[in-house]
Amino acid sequence: MLKSLQINPDKCTGCLQCEMACAYENYGVFATAKSRIKVFDFHHTGRKVPYTCTQCDEAWCLHACPVEAITLDKATGAKVVSESTCVGCKVCTIACPFGTINYVADTGKVQKCDLCGGQPACAEACPTQAITYVDANWTGLDRMRAWAEKTGNQTATA
Amino acid sequence: MAWARKILRVNLTKGTVASEPLRMDWAAQYLGSRGLASKYLAEEIDPKVDPLSSENKIIWATGPLTGTVASTGGRYVVVTKGPLTGAIACSNSGGYWGAELKMAGWDMVIFEGKSPKPVYLVIEDEKAELRDAAHLWGKTVWETEAAIKTSHQDPLVRISSIGGAGENQVLFAAVVNDLHRAAGRSGVGAVMGSKNLKAIAVRGTKGVGNLHNPKEFMRVTTEKKKILAENAVTGQGLPTYGTQVLMNVINEMGSLPTRNHRDVAFEGARDISAEAMAEPRKTDGKPHLVTNQACFGCTIACGRISKIDETHFTVQNRPQYWGASGGMEYEAAWALGAANGVRDLEALQFANLICNEHGMDPISFGATIGAVMELYDMGVLTKEQLGIDAKFGSAEALCHFAEITAKGEGFGKEIGLGSKRLCAKYGHPELSMSVKGQEFPAYDSRGIQGMGLAYATSNRGACHLRGYTVASEVLGIPVKTDPLSADGKPELVMAFQDATASFDSAGLCIFTSFAWSLADIQPQISAACGDEFTMDNLNAIGERIWNMERDFNNRAGFTSKDDTLPPRLLKEAAKEGPAKGLVNKLPEMLPKYYEIRGWDADGKLKADTRKRLGL
Repeated sequence: MLKSLQINPDKCTGCLQCEMACAYENYGVFATAKSRIKVFDFHHTGRKVPYTCTQCDEAWCLHACPVEAITLDKATGAKVVSESTCVGCKVCTIACPFGTINYVADTGKVQKCDLCGGQPACAEACPTQAITYVDANWTGLDRMRAWAEKTGNQTATA
Repeated sequence: MAWARKILRVNLTKGTVASEPLRMDWAAQYLGSRGLASKYLAEEIDPKVDPLSSENKIIWATGPLTGTVASTGGRYVVVTKGPLTGAIACSNSGGYWGAELKMAGWDMVIFEGKSPKPVYLVIEDEKAELRDAAHLWGKTVWETEAAIKTSHQDPLVRISSIGGAGENQVLFAAVVNDLHRAAGRSGVGAVMGSKNLKAIAVRGTKGVGNLHNPKEFMRVTTEKKKILAENAVTGQGLPTYGTQVLMNVINEMGSLPTRNHRDVAFEGARDISAEAMAEPRKTDGKPHLVTNQACFGCTIACGRISKIDETHFTVQNRPQYWGASGGMEYEAAWALGAANGVRDLEALQFANLICNEHGMDPISFGATIGAVMELYDMGVLTKEQLGIDAKFGSAEALCHFAEITAKGEGFGKEIGLGSKRLCAKYGHPELSMSVKGQEFPAYDSRGIQGMGLAYATSNRGACHLRGYTVASEVLGIPVKTDPLSADGKPELVMAFQDATASFDSAGLCIFTSFAWSLADIQPQISAACGDEFTMDNLNAIGERIWNMERDFNNRAGFTSKDDTLPPRLLKEAAKEGPAKGLVNKLPEMLPKYYEIRGWDADGKLKADTRKRLGL
């Protein structure tokens, strides 16, 4: 079963455990600056929103890459950067509409979320389940359940 | 090893910055953060220096677990000789700044001297430089953060700064980071201001690594996070209600100091409680509370983010206050509310916003207003002097005072001296509800006896964060003790004080101690720092830190006479509630406390105590 990262900003507290987990998984250090998932703090509304690659089917980064350094991991659906092939031209960072693939000056390559090979460290680290890893065909399931509960209870009390 | 093993030393007089290795021999004895920075301060300054002179130093410090995946591992401290107290000051803050400093590769930054003109320090990993802050001087904390992020074209930079209160050397000025997290107490912001230092802006991209046993660290931090999640206080109470969960609890115990400690219960407590923050308002149908928020790495998330009522008299036509922002937590809600008899939640939040915006400790500010209102009630202070009718309960007066104190206008200059100096000036030193010049937090020690001893002996003046026996006396953590009895309290206070020193020095938040004991942080520290950090060692470190701080204060001129409480708490009995008829039994507790501490009758360390602790 293909799975997707599911992000629910309502549950995010802004603790950055996800960013640390991502950096630790990929670089072996706790460095939010190296994370492929970022939490944005909109302080005027109090909203905290984690954001990362959605693994587009027609991935613009993949199509834009002139050296075919970005490939599909069939097992997870992730679009994965091959560091040995990447030449650091950054065309993919221009092509991505969402900004979720970025250049890393230290390595001279780009990086993006690769779903950690099917066990995303961010989702495991999230203490509030703001980030979960769920059936890719049923990312709407939680919201459906919430509406079903609401409408069902309205009927019951009517 | 978890430490970055590197210190940044900034000489503000000369305008120089230099890197030096961390004293690892001291790190082994004092761990980090509070303990280690206090050791540096005690070694480097004469304890008798004027806190606001160039001879004082001020240190921003992280702990070995700051910037790691350990829950709440985002704390930093500001350590200096405090101008409010004249004692050693160590104010602790969360948010994201501390972790950013550590991720830039620094354990601490030591500032010495005084800059001839306003400057701010910029740290980008190993690079550090002082820059001109003429354009920032006079700006609020909020404006300063925005201005630096804009001029650096870097929204990810983290900033620790002062507002007008620090610049004007309000004696309870705070250092604020991430808009509304504060190293709040003892006037550390005034020291920053006295040095013409406006802000420290940090970007850290290197990260924290180099752990002693990374695999074990990941395992044990995950295991300990589960304990926090499953605990009723850290897993439910704090995330849902914040520290404000205490307002009704403490009030019902008859231990909510009210109207400058004249009363021990507040008829308006419910109106300013966590429950009130969550209810829809009559005016706009929205609750005050918007959401909870975590600091860096914290899996508790007790922080409160609220929106003030836009129609409230304080913020009409002032949209800069309408957005979601930090507040209120319990101590602030108490100090701005019950301590003055004010029950208008929106007014308290406004005063709280002013404290954050301009960098001021809401506890000392609010408690000082309590004293002002009592002096007004007695006719010692008049409406002509104050510029407003300052009767107990006046939300207008509270909010007016907040603005003039932060801006150093009119009578605000006198409020900015704190209650001890203000009450002495007007002939009533007994009305300052403080110890060593620092105002009490939100627990009346007539109804929670251990807190009286904790306040009287706290190394930074009256404080709830140096030995929070409320946990035991009220909440039963780790064991329930009778809040009305003095029995066993010297031992309890000492145990809390020493354990807290270890928690603080690790770089963790003391709120974890509702669920964790020292035995829970020990394996996290040893996995990060080394196997030598055993329980015995951590117990010794805590006790060593406490005694080292005490020794600094003794050398600064403090004696056993300063380990006391205002006469109101020792002579005027609580008027109602479970503690009715009781005063604090400090005279019963203090001699025993000195004895178990290994101090002489003057409160000085005995020779064998020094020897035992390696001091």
